[in-house]
Amino acid sequence: MAAILDLHLRKVSSAAHLSSKCCSSGQQERDSLPFTECGVTVQKHQFVSFLLNFLREQSSPALAHGTPAKTPNRPRPAAQTGGLSERRACRSAGSATTSRSSSRVQLFSPSSSVSPGAESSDRRHGQRPSPFHDEMGFWDTGSKKPGRGGGHSRSREQLSPPSTLNFNNLEDFPPVGSSPISPLISKPSRRINPTPVSAERPRSKPKTCFTSTPFTKLSSPPMGAEVLDGSMRVGSPLSLQEERELLKREKCYLKQVHNCVYFAVTVLENQFQLVAHLDKGALRLLAENERVASFSPALRDLLIQAQGKSSAKVSFDEMQSDCSANPAIIPFQPDTDNRSNFGNDKAFHTFKKQRDVFYEALREWEDLHNEPGWNFDASLGGRIRGMMNQLTSAGNHSHFARLFLKQLVQMCKGPRMSGAPGEPPDADLLEMLGADGLGRLKRLEERLIQPHGIVGPCPPPSFPGHQEFFRDFIQTASCCQLNQHLQDSLCQQLLQLDEVSILSPSASIKEEDEDGDMEQQDEKQRFSSVLLLARLLAKFLGFISFLPYQTSERPSREIQEASVALRSKVSVPVLDVCAVLDNSVRRRRTILTVPWLVEFLSMLDFVGPLLLCYRTALGTLLLLYRRLQLRRCADVCYLNKLLLVSVLGWLFHDCIPLVDQQLLYFCCPFLSEFRKLLAAFVSGSTAKSGGIIRKITPTSAELKDTPIANRSQQKLQLEQAFFHNQPPSLRRTVEFVAERVGSNSVKHMKATLVSELMDRGEKILRDKLKSLNFNTSKLNESICALLCDAGLEALERATRFCDEKSLEAVRTLLPEETSPTVLRTSESITKRLAAEKACSWLSANITGKLIKDL
Amino acid sequence: MRLSRAEYKDIVRATEQLRPTRQCMKILKDRFPNHSQSTLLSIFSLEYQKRTKRTISRHHAADVVESHYQRYLNEAKARPAAPVLLEMANEVDLSPALMGRLILDRFLQDVSGEMHSKAVLNSMLKEPSLIPDQVLANNIYQCTINDCCYGPLVDCIKHAIGQEHEVLLRDKLKERNLSFLDENKLRTMGYDKTPDIILEVPIAVEGHIVHWIESKASFGDDYSHRTYLNEQFWSYWNRFGPGLVIYWYGFIGELDCQRDRGILLKDCFPTDIVTLCHTSHQQSPEKEDND
Repeated sequence: MAAILDLHLRKVSSAAHLSSKCCSSGQQERDSLPFTECGVTVQKHQFVSFLLNFLREQSSPALAHGTPAKTPNRPRPAAQTGGLSERRACRSAGSATTSRSSSRVQLFSPSSSVSPGAESSDRRHGQRPSPFHDEMGFWDTGSKKPGRGGGHSRSREQLSPPSTLNFNNLEDFPPVGSSPISPLISKPSRRINPTPVSAERPRSKPKTCFTSTPFTKLSSPPMGAEVLDGSMRVGSPLSLQEERELLKREKCYLKQVHNCVYFAVTVLENQFQLVAHLDKGALRLLAENERVASFSPALRDLLIQAQGKSSAKVSFDEMQSDCSANPAIIPFQPDTDNRSNFGNDKAFHTFKKQRDVFYEALREWEDLHNEPGWNFDASLGGRIRGMMNQLTSAGNHSHFARLFLKQLVQMCKGPRMSGAPGEPPDADLLEMLGADGLGRLKRLEERLIQPHGIVGPCPPPSFPGHQEFFRDFIQTASCCQLNQHLQDSLCQQLLQLDEVSILSPSASIKEEDEDGDMEQQDEKQRFSSVLLLARLLAKFLGFISFLPYQTSERPSREIQEASVALRSKVSVPVLDVCAVLDNSVRRRRTILTVPWLVEFLSMLDFVGPLLLCYRTALGTLLLLYRRLQLRRCADVCYLNKLLLVSVLGWLFHDCIPLVDQQLLYFCCPFLSEFRKLLAAFVSGSTAKSGGIIRKITPTSAELKDTPIANRSQQKLQLEQAFFHNQPPSLRRTVEFVAERVGSNSVKHMKATLVSELMDRGEKILRDKLKSLNFNTSKLNESICALLCDAGLEALERATRFCDEKSLEAVRTLLPEETSPTVLRTSESITKRLAAEKACSWLSANITGKLIKDL
Repeated sequence: MRLSRAEYKDIVRATEQLRPTRQCMKILKDRFPNHSQSTLLSIFSLEYQKRTKRTISRHHAADVVESHYQRYLNEAKARPAAPVLLEMANEVDLSPALMGRLILDRFLQDVSGEMHSKAVLNSMLKEPSLIPDQVLANNIYQCTINDCCYGPLVDCIKHAIGQEHEVLLRDKLKERNLSFLDENKLRTMGYDKTPDIILEVPIAVEGHIVHWIESKASFGDDYSHRTYLNEQFWSYWNRFGPGLVIYWYGFIGELDCQRDRGILLKDCFPTDIVTLCHTSHQQSPEKEDND
């Protein structure tokens, strides 16, 4: 949301004639300056935070009712604010901090100076055809200038800071109340605090400070200072004064609550294509907002329309992958776990015990960690450290590290599971409600018991769900051998994931039609699972790597300097972030690499960002962030970019739409803050109570069909369970065969049945068209009948095709020695998967395709 | 049979004064006609073992052993045909088989010095004819056959019953056409902990996924179940996922509280089984038809 306001700010302010002073000839030129320009974008970004607070401050006394229910926190003492922003600062990865802090710095940059960011990034920029520049006009009010494609010249002229406001003058935005900026103090203010978020969320107390910035005190030179060239830091007192002046005027204008609301609504209206990407819930809340309705009925209508189009119902709070009753344990596999995999009997038997201790600890944690007063170290520390000692004496860490990581991935790879994720559902409830109903019940439970606090757009990094167990385990075990093995393995896996091939669009788009393209759908899914996994691994890699350097407080300047000197000489970074990043930029794979790098860097200790390797990487990320510009909605990759913008974002120009709304919200949970704020507004305007009232719509349970659903649900669970104790290669084989056979089946249908149908359809059309008195509805009827039969036939034939081919392929690919039962089961799972894939594509596409083609 | 904790406690209370003899078992059976004899015997046996564990140390004190031994020698001399040891055991409230063991151990010290091995002792208990003293051999024999809780005979019966139920389990599985790997096969594959059965294709029992089955030819009370959980069931869970334990002689119903976690308790072979049923020649079509 910040971006929305941010990006539009400029226009509105000029619309409000606040910048009359600048309405000289230069005005138009400035207006048309693309907002991609680093300085401007980032400044505005930052401004939005202040602005929002400011708006709230201003409007709450003015509006008789209906202000967001935030009043309790409004008059924040400075100290408290500091604390909050400190906490918030935790989230800000070095990069984000960098961008913001440097933006503050840049605030003072004179209009005449050349933007070093733009300069240095132009070098990269030159390597690719710029996807950004052709959109320039998009951001301005229509005064797009011709011939602005270049970038170089442009970047020079637009260096003048935004004409109107000194966005960074904190004094003018009281709610944030931080100390004045001193751009030259060179201390990064970011802090990663590895304490659980939950601990900081007292139940049911809505946290406000939606708009606070991610740092406390300002703020360091940009991490990427050397990349960006120091000149940007030079401030111009003249322009500063000018800005202050303007700011005052703007403040005046915004003192009127109506102006505030008008301003906000106009911003939303003008940034509608961005707003349209919010989740359904937020869109609904916005549409139902009476102020939106009264100020711009047109916007409300657009919002209502957008709800229908919103690509997916994102239930980001509770994205729960399934409620499978299978406890997600890593099975014993003779291939890797039996005696022959160990150096001696002792190691084998020690590991046998370790596995039991580990799972015992996990179960105990699941059962008890939410109990008040339960403490990880006190309850499990003794056992875990005992286990580490045994591991050490048996020299067995690698085996345990492998189990540990596999378990981590198994439990945490998917979107966050809610509640106690490993907790299998109650059988009776499952019986009653079905899996889907149970999922809903769990979400309801979550909504009722979990604090719905507003944490602001920049919450600290967290270890939700089971991740907390693994983090605490590592901390409690405090075993350097284990950590080393974990690091090695995490690093290796990450680098592998980073290399995963992402199908080029040409390959997939040519093959199928745009919409229902199943290959692309699969690719999306695959990408999303790779991305989620990489983020998880990167977070843990970062956590372990920087664990030795974590301090609860920022070290003094002297200590920082000493440790920078020491660490840059002696410690070898676990991951060559610069190389990874450069490689990714060069190969245009930032959509995958950047999100996980951000996770890694978010774990940096206080001193980390000062080390050359990380400083450089953060600088590069900062540049990427500043160069990023969102295109129009129509762009298929809009969400790719939005993700990057949101994680810190930038993208050269990948053209594969890999990101969907669900993934975006999962990777950027802070996006949901927007909805929370709107919800807070609703409850504030109706209930006027301190807490957020959650709207829970009661629905009656649908009992029909549940037994069948349950049975088939159970079968699916059984299929999953079947793979559990089989060698992993079996599952891979089945999935691969199903995927290929399903796809081939569709191709076969298209080549045979569909083309035959086309011919027949065409013939009908031609015949009817020839007869002069043809009847449109009759024509439709006959074509529909044709399609209906054809659809059924296609499904039948596709299924038959899948049956035959799956059988052959599975038989050939599985080992001769596979037991008959296992073979049979594998065959039929393959058949089912393949047929499902083929049929879902066919039923979704055959009608549409035919009608279109005819 | 699945007993409520209250029912179970009633039975336990009734066993408190009983001795491990056939007569006492009869009393117990008459008192609880609705429960199977095997269940009652198993509960009694478990309770008696707990009682013995509490009291055995006082019989092991050197002076007590010595006094038992001297008394045996005296009485056996006076009445060589009488079941002296059995009477003594009942009198001091010790299991006859354990009394026999105590006395034989002491006897062997006299015969072969301190150095006699446990193996010799055990073999003589199993085969009293090996005991060089005829009267003692008779006494030991009487102790063994009159003890329904301890001794080589009981061990042998327990083992046989265990085997029998494993065979029963395998038969039931074959009957249902469920293919599985048994313990022996698993050992050869190098598994470090092995349940009686691992199903090649998992099934759902009463809605719960089952990968492995452990057969226990005994009653599942708190103590034994806790021990099994720690030493076996959780270890299986840790390796193979959720599974099923069959306590053929019943269990305390309240212990069946880990179903959702993945340990299901039954007192018989389950009837509500859902399989993937991928075989065309399906064994139990009735389940599928219900759908």
